Amino acid sequence: MSTVSPYETVVGLEVHVELHTKTKIFCGCETSFGASPNSHTCPVCLGHPGVLPVLNRQAVEYAMKAAMAINCEIADWCKFDRKNYFYPDSPKAYQISQYDEPIGSNGWIDIEVNGQSKRIGITRLHLEEDAGKLTHMDGGLGSLVDLNRVGTPLVEIVSEPDIRSPEEAKAYLEKLKAIMQYCDVSDVKMEEGSLRCDANVSIRPWGQEKFGTRTELKNMNSFRGVQRGLEYEVMRQSDVLDSGGKVVQETRRWDESQGKTFSMRSKEEAHDYRYFPDPDLVRVQIDAEWKERVRASIPELPDARQARYTQEYGLPSYDAGVITSSMKLADFFEESLKYTDDAKASANWIMGDLLGYLNANNLEIQQVPITGQGLGEMIQLIAKGTISSKIAKTVFKAMLESGKLPQQIVEEQGLVQISDEGAILTIVDRIVEANPQSVEDFRGGKDKAIGFLVGQIMKETKGKANPGLVNKLLMDRLKNS
Amino acid sequence: MSITTKDVEHVANLARLTLTEDEKEQFTGQLNAILKYAEKLNGLDTSGVEPTSHALPMSNVMREDAPKASLPIEKVLRNAPEAEDDQFKVPAVLE
Amino acid sequence: MSLFNLRLSEVHDRLHHRDLSVRELVQASVARISETDAKIGAFLTLNEEGALAQAKAMDASGAAERGLLYGLPAGIKDNIVTEGLRTTCASQFLSNYDPIYDATVVEKLKAAQSVTMGKLNMDEFAMGGSNENSSFQLTRNPWDTERVPGGSSGGSAASVAAGQVYFSLGSDTGGSIRQPAAYCGIVGLKPTYGLVSRYGLVAFASSLDQIGPLTKNVEDSAYVLQAIAGHDKRDTTSANVEIPDYTAALTGDIKGLRIGVAKEYLGEGIDPQVKARVMEALKTFEALGAEWEEVSLPHTDYAIATYYLLASSEASSNLARFDGVRYGVRAEDPANLLDLYKKSRSEGFGPEVKRRIMLGTYALSSGYYDAYYKKAQQVRTLIKHDFDQAFERFDLIVGPTAPTTAFRIGEQVGDPLTMYLNDICTIPVSLAGVPAISVPCGLADGLPVGLQIIGKPFDESTVLRAAHAFEGMTEFHKLRPAL
Repeated sequence: MSTVSPYETVVGLEVHVELHTKTKIFCGCETSFGASPNSHTCPVCLGHPGVLPVLNRQAVEYAMKAAMAINCEIADWCKFDRKNYFYPDSPKAYQISQYDEPIGSNGWIDIEVNGQSKRIGITRLHLEEDAGKLTHMDGGLGSLVDLNRVGTPLVEIVSEPDIRSPEEAKAYLEKLKAIMQYCDVSDVKMEEGSLRCDANVSIRPWGQEKFGTRTELKNMNSFRGVQRGLEYEVMRQSDVLDSGGKVVQETRRWDESQGKTFSMRSKEEAHDYRYFPDPDLVRVQIDAEWKERVRASIPELPDARQARYTQEYGLPSYDAGVITSSMKLADFFEESLKYTDDAKASANWIMGDLLGYLNANNLEIQQVPITGQGLGEMIQLIAKGTISSKIAKTVFKAMLESGKLPQQIVEEQGLVQISDEGAILTIVDRIVEANPQSVEDFRGGKDKAIGFLVGQIMKETKGKANPGLVNKLLMDRLKNS
Repeated sequence: MSITTKDVEHVANLARLTLTEDEKEQFTGQLNAILKYAEKLNGLDTSGVEPTSHALPMSNVMREDAPKASLPIEKVLRNAPEAEDDQFKVPAVLE
Repeated sequence: MSLFNLRLSEVHDRLHHRDLSVRELVQASVARISETDAKIGAFLTLNEEGALAQAKAMDASGAAERGLLYGLPAGIKDNIVTEGLRTTCASQFLSNYDPIYDATVVEKLKAAQSVTMGKLNMDEFAMGGSNENSSFQLTRNPWDTERVPGGSSGGSAASVAAGQVYFSLGSDTGGSIRQPAAYCGIVGLKPTYGLVSRYGLVAFASSLDQIGPLTKNVEDSAYVLQAIAGHDKRDTTSANVEIPDYTAALTGDIKGLRIGVAKEYLGEGIDPQVKARVMEALKTFEALGAEWEEVSLPHTDYAIATYYLLASSEASSNLARFDGVRYGVRAEDPANLLDLYKKSRSEGFGPEVKRRIMLGTYALSSGYYDAYYKKAQQVRTLIKHDFDQAFERFDLIVGPTAPTTAFRIGEQVGDPLTMYLNDICTIPVSLAGVPAISVPCGLADGLPVGLQIIGKPFDESTVLRAAHAFEGMTEFHKLRPAL
C-alpha cells in the first residue's frame, strides 16, 4: 500500500491442525483423506444410539507435543466438554472439545517480517474432534453428508490479537506450519484441510487502545488466501469507517474467486453452545513424568535450527530462515553435509537452483526425487574438478528429475571434465589454425578475440574441457607461437 | 427466576423442538414449578465443594492408537432415511 | 408349576440330564407370552423365530461347555441395542431403528448362552416411573392390571413377574430397576456405577445410567450379574475391578452385619403399610443375627432436585443425536434443514421427553450452567458424602424401595413433580453411585412391597448375601400374581 492508512490492523488467528494419528480420537476407525464416502465410519463416529467415546492416547500426546513446541504451559489436569449444536456434519449434535481446561495455554511463537522479529502470543491450544463433510448438490436439490472425517483429532490454536498486518498473519501461519511439521504431529497440508485458519479482524485509529468491532473471517483455504482475505477485509472495514459507518460484528466468508468477503447470515443466530463436561469421558491427569517424556521427543525446532546454521555454517540469517522454514528442506540440507563440508555451496544450490525449480513447478522438496546425498556428492565433484560448475547445472537438473547420484549421471552422459593437457592442446592447436583472423585480431590488441576462440574450443568439447586449463593453454599457445 | 413463554420458545428453538401453543403454556407452568422446587438447592452452601461428575473418581482412561475395522457401507446406511452416492442426504444446507 | 419357578441350578441339572430341552424352555416362554401379554403388554418386539431356532441349535449341538445362563429365556429392555432386533426405546422416533451393533451386555448374554425372547416396554428413553410414557403401549402390573408396573423398566419387571421369561435386563438411572421390581414383587439389582458396561445402552443420563438384572430370586440375580459384570474397554466409565464370585457370597450367614436404617426414607409421605413391612423385615434381620440402628442421610431432601437437573441436562445433550439424518423416523416433506430437525424431533418425542429436554436445555443455556448443573454436581458431592459417612459405621443401608405400592394407571399423569417425588428412596443411591437391590418384603393391600438394601461401592457381594439370607427366611419371593 502506497499511502499510510489512518487505521491500525488487529488480527487474531484460530488455527485448526489435524493430528496425524492412525485412528480417530474416540474410535478405532482409520483417519483418511480422499477415501470413498463413509467408508471409515463405525457406530461410534456415526453417533448411533448407545455408543461411547474412548480417548486415543496418541492424540493427547501429539497435542501435548504441539503445545510444548509453541511454548505453552501444559495443564496438570484437563477434561473434555460437549459443545452442543445441530448441524448435519456433527452426528452426535455435539462436538467433544475442551472448554475451560485446555491442554496448553499462555504460549508464543516468534515471527520475522521484513527482517524484524516479533513475538505473537498464543492464548490456548486445545484438543477436539473434527466434523464431517457436506457436499451441496447442484440446483439446491440437497446436501450430502460424508462422515469419514468425523472424529479426526484436531488441535485448535488460538492466538492473542497480536498480529498487526496480513503479512504478519502469513508469517505466523508459516511458522506455525513449520513447527507442527518439525514436531511430526500433522501433515499440515492446507489444500487437504489438515491446517485450517479462521481470523478475527478489526481496525482502530492509530493510538487508540480499545479494539474496534471485529469480524470473523472463514474459508481461507491457502496461505495466500489468508493474506488476500485479510487485506480485503481491512480495506472493507476502512471504507466502512471512512464513510462514517460502523463495522458490524459478524461472520464473513472469504470467496477466493471473487476476491471478496461476504456476510454469512446462516451463522448469525446467537450461539449458545451449552458447554458442559462430557459425562462419557473422565479427566486426564498429565503428570511431570509424562510431560518430560513427551518433551524429550520434540526435535530441534526451526528457530533453533536457524540459529545453529548461522553460527555453525556461517549462513546468512535470511538463507538459514528459508532453509529451516521447511523441515524436509532443512533435513535435505543436513543430509548433503554428510557428503561435503561446503555448507555455503550447498545452501547456495538450495536457495538458487532447487527452490527456483520447486517454486516454478509449485512442488515441495519431498515431491522430487533428488537427495541430499546427490547434492553433497555433486559439490565434491565440482571441488575435485571432475565437473565444471556449468556442467553441474546439467547434473543438478538430471538429479531433480531422476534422483540418480551425480557420479552415475556424469558417467552415463559422459560429462567428465577434460583436464588432460595433451587432449586439450590438440584441440587448441586445431582451433588456432582454423581461425587465423582471430589470432591476428588478438595479436592486434583485440582481447575480445580470445573469447571467441575459447567458445570454439568449448563447443568442440561439448563444454567438458576444464575452462581454466583451456584459458591457460590457449594463452600459452598464442604467446609462444 | 421465572420462565416466560418467550424463554420457552427460545429454549425450544435451541433444542430443535416445535411446540404447540398448548405445549408452550403447559411447559412454561411445569418448568417454573420444577425450577422453583429446584431453588431449594440454593439453601445449601456449596462454596468450596468440588462438583461430582461421576460417583467414582476415575482418570486417564485411554486406548492405544490401533486401527479397528470400519463398517461395511450397507450397515452405515441401513437406517438412513435418505441416502445418495453412499452418503446421507439432507435438504440443501445454505451457507 | 411353571418351569421358570425352578431354581437355575435345577434347570441346568435337568438340561444336563436331558429331562428338559432348551426348546421346551423357549416354548414355555412363547406360550406364556402369548397367554398373558395381551393383558400385560410387556413386549414391544418378539424374537420368537430367532429364539426357537437358537434353542434347536443348542439342543442339537449339546455342547459340553455351557454358559452360565445356558438356555434361559431372557427379555431385554428396549433401550439396550440388539443387532438385527429392532430397538426403539419405546419412542416413535426410533420405531424403525434396526441396530448395527450389539451392546456389550448383549454380547455377554450371548457368551453366557441365554436365549433372547424379545424387547421389553419402558418409559420412552427411560424417562418415567410408570411405563405410561411409552409411546407404543401401556404395560400393566401383573398383580393388578389397573395399576402401573412401575418404571422405567416396567416391561422388564412385569415380564418376569408374569412368568414370561426366566430373567430380564433393565436399566436404572434414578430407580428404574428397583422401583418396578418392588411394584411387581420381584428382585431388581442396580449395580455400582461402572460395574456393568454402558456400551450399547441408549444414554439417558450418562453419569447415572446402569444396567442390571430383574429376577424372581436373589440367586438368579447373582448369576445374571456374574454374566454381565466386568470391565469393558469400549466404556471409559467402566471400572477395572476384579469381579468376585457372587453366588459364592450367598452363604445365608449375616451374623454381626451392621445395618443402618435410612431415617429419611421412612419419613413424611411413606405409606404406613410400606413402613410396617420394612420394620418387619428388620426383625427378620435381627433374627439372622444382624444389628441395626437408625442412620441419617441428611441431604436426602435435596436429591430429587439435584437428580432432575443433572439427568435432564445430560439427556438434553444425549438425545440431540436423534435428528433424523442418519437413522430414526424423519418427518415428511421438511421445508428445509431446520424444519427437518424440528418436525422430526417434535413428532418423534413424547411429552415427558420434551419436558426433560426443555428443562435440561434451559439449565445448560448460557448464564445458567453454574446456577443449575454445577450447583447440582456440588450437591451431588454432599449426597455422596452422606453415604460415605454412613458406610463408615454400617455395612449396609436399608429402607423401602418406594414410598408406596404401585399406583393406578392415570393417577399421576399431568403432575410431573409429584411423579418425580416417588423416587425419593432410589435417587440418592443413584447419585452416590452405590449398589442396591430391591427384594420383596410382603404385601400391602395385596400389592407387593420392596425392601431396598444398599451397599458400599463394588460390594454387591454383601448386598446379595444379605438379600439372599433375608429371602431364605421369608416366602415373599414365592408369591405369584394370579393372572
